[in-house]
Amino acid sequence: MKKATLEQTAFKAAKSLYSMFPIILGIILLISLVNVIIPKTFYSSVFKGNILTDSFIGSFIGSISAGSPATSYIIGGELLKQGISLIAVTAFLVAWVTVGLVQFPAESMLLGKKFAVIRNIIAFIFSMIVAVITVLILGVL
Amino acid sequence: MKDKKQDKNYRKWWFLLGVIVLYLAVWLFSSEIIIKSLQFFLMIIKRIIPVFILVFVLMVLINYFIKPKRIVNYFGKKAGIKGWIISITAGLLSTGPMYMWYPLLNQMQKKGVKNRFITAFLYNRAIKLPLLPLLIFYFGWAYTIILTMVMIIASVFQGIIVEKILEV
Repeated sequence: MKKATLEQTAFKAAKSLYSMFPIILGIILLISLVNVIIPKTFYSSVFKGNILTDSFIGSFIGSISAGSPATSYIIGGELLKQGISLIAVTAFLVAWVTVGLVQFPAESMLLGKKFAVIRNIIAFIFSMIVAVITVLILGVL
Repeated sequence: MKDKKQDKNYRKWWFLLGVIVLYLAVWLFSSEIIIKSLQFFLMIIKRIIPVFILVFVLMVLINYFIKPKRIVNYFGKKAGIKGWIISITAGLLSTGPMYMWYPLLNQMQKKGVKNRFITAFLYNRAIKLPLLPLLIFYFGWAYTIILTMVMIIASVFQGIIVEKILEV
């Protein structure tokens, strides 16, 4: 196989970033609008700082979403600034990529239904566990 | 396949158009909300442009020097600790959308690659090396390092659990 030149690789990377462009731009526009319309007290009423419910809600929202991890970092980072707990945001980030409800039909077809079901359920549970452990370690340091 | 990809590309632009239409609709009720939102939007854009330049440089370097597809082919041949290391590394280095990897993983599965390695590969796709500057920008160094470590360890446990359940 012929090795790609640096120009070809740069073109491929630029194309990849360009393909993220409409989603990232749209998401930032949405975040900006939500930031102005929804009062910060709303978030604190949903995310009350409870480890279980915060991580569950974060994982749930992350599971039904899909897209580049870059989009989830931007959403998560901005939500954190709105006062949403780090546990909820971390569970959201982890579930965003590891749980794929949107990609489930493709995963199920190519890797097997049983594999896809079990992998996604375990990934959902793990997104909450990873969030709790990460935040706990961060708190200790 | 190409049509499906093109359809997905169109959908991204439709999403952006939808958000712009939403802005126009809100504008009819309150121009103040839109002005404030656009100010906030510009503030975020200004902050993240330098980060995306760094992301671009890392994407070029990683894609140029490392070929994740070759590593994935290799983890089929190794078991034990080496198998874990290769599947985790391939997951970390892999690029592109998840669905692009399913056909290759399907072939690996047919060749007898353990489900634990496929699971670990899929789990580690959550950490994208070229995107780390963005994660560090929003969450800091300490958080990024801890999350990465916890996820790598979790991927091993997840691989083992998924495989054990599949064996039942």
